[in-house]
Amino acid sequence: MKADHPQAVNEAPIEFSANTMAEMNRVIGLFPEGKQKSAILSVLHLVQDEFGWVSVGAMNRVAQILGIQPIEVYEVATFYTMFHLDPVGKNVLEVCRTGPCQLVGSDDLITYIEEKLDIKVGETTKDGMFTLKTVECLGACGYGPMLMCKYQFYERLNKEKVNEMLDAMREASNS
Amino acid sequence: MSRKLLIEHAEVPGITSFETYRKHGGYASVEKALKTMSPEEVVEEVKKSGLRGRGGAGFPTGMKWSFLAKPEGVERHLVCNADESEPGTFKDRYLMEKLPHLLIEGMITSSYALGARRSYIYIRGEFMYVLRILEKAIAEAYANGMLGKNILGSGYDLDLVVTPGGGAYICGEETALLESLEGKRGNPRMKPPFPAVKGLWGNPTVVNNVESIAAVVPIVNEGGEAYAKIGIERSTGTKLISASGNLVRPGVYEIELGLSVEEFIYGDNYCRGVANGKKLKACIPGGSSVPILPHYLVTKTAAGTDRLMTYESLADGGFASGSMLGSGGFIVFDEDQCIVRNTWNFARFYAHESCGQCSPCREGTGWMEKVL
Repeated sequence: MKADHPQAVNEAPIEFSANTMAEMNRVIGLFPEGKQKSAILSVLHLVQDEFGWVSVGAMNRVAQILGIQPIEVYEVATFYTMFHLDPVGKNVLEVCRTGPCQLVGSDDLITYIEEKLDIKVGETTKDGMFTLKTVECLGACGYGPMLMCKYQFYERLNKEKVNEMLDAMREASNS
Repeated sequence: MSRKLLIEHAEVPGITSFETYRKHGGYASVEKALKTMSPEEVVEEVKKSGLRGRGGAGFPTGMKWSFLAKPEGVERHLVCNADESEPGTFKDRYLMEKLPHLLIEGMITSSYALGARRSYIYIRGEFMYVLRILEKAIAEAYANGMLGKNILGSGYDLDLVVTPGGGAYICGEETALLESLEGKRGNPRMKPPFPAVKGLWGNPTVVNNVESIAAVVPIVNEGGEAYAKIGIERSTGTKLISASGNLVRPGVYEIELGLSVEEFIYGDNYCRGVANGKKLKACIPGGSSVPILPHYLVTKTAAGTDRLMTYESLADGGFASGSMLGSGGFIVFDEDQCIVRNTWNFARFYAHESCGQCSPCREGTGWMEKVL
């Protein structure tokens, strides 16, 4: 159920791993007493690191942890584009499509990955291994075309490098 | 070759560690400021330097600092804008990744000048690996007595926190950034009140770009007057330029303001010309928000004088035949590029990134995309 659904608030909160909880407590502790809400983006990143995406149940739990209303979490999670509000593949390829990257071939890169994985932008491969997304400027304009996956930047990409990258990701996700 | 005040040591092996950075003269500005200068004296040096905000607006940093309200008993904050989201701009990422301690040093010296005891670095969420580099460097700074209680025995306390965004161009706007830092959607605030009066959590706050804060280090070390001697007129000091697009050697360059655009594009020490032997078609010199210059207005102004890398020269001719230095996001187009297509691409960017709060942007950017 999505965060903008009227019944979203009824979805049961889910539990996070001990590691995630420990890291959440650390980032929440970085802010002064009473200002815990400031840690919300850090906390949502941690949720996504654990599950790959951010479910309504996870957001309801985040609201409990931060001592705020669920709506305050939904409105934030739906505003910031890094948070996936639907399940995604094990590797989310986020290709920069903005001007400077376009000048050096991001359109061709996107088409190549679509053909290679036999999916369109926004789709996930049948084996759940890859999701392909396009994103706006990632601040790597001098090193394009490029994409980001798991906070890692893959830059100055060409077909060969993409092939190697996909193989390495597949291997890492299977091991 | 220009003098480098910021990134001279960027490629020194191990410079991300406190020890190596210190060996290369790091944290000298903290020692000088905290031991021998009053906060007001630091502000004065920054005013004398003529430093202008390096994030894009070019507002004098010293003046911005002097606007900070200082009511009794109310906490003040310095917030570093590391959201770097203007397309064509990637200099702050380079600086933070290569020289994390330079930013931290600048944050300490600047926070001291402003009387801030809790300062924040807000970095775009996509730069999570840079955030980890900064976190490690901050921990080292604490361990070596440069952060925390009673820094260098001066009686000055400072806590510094780095925290991520979540992917939103608008959070590069300072009041949207503050909303985001409070854990909300990044909708800009109505001004006034300005952040200098009511900023983070309602406290007086200064928001500065990464490069502006880093520039405070050489300004304090060498003095504001020495810094002001570099450059031309009201464009003082050095500037990081992010060069992208169809260039032989794109990347981040530190230039002395006043360098000719000709030299920057074609010079051996800089971009070495247009890639693949092609001709120059156009250039966006200051990030995607600034006007595009056709090839005949890139290296010369409409009046026929040499175009220089300064705030004034790049703006010569206004929006009719000039542009802006902006953030220094220097995007070069070769003769094969379609300007309409690229303009559509940027219009799509702004339509995508509009926060939806104000109707001219919410409606207008969408129509621009559709029309193009």
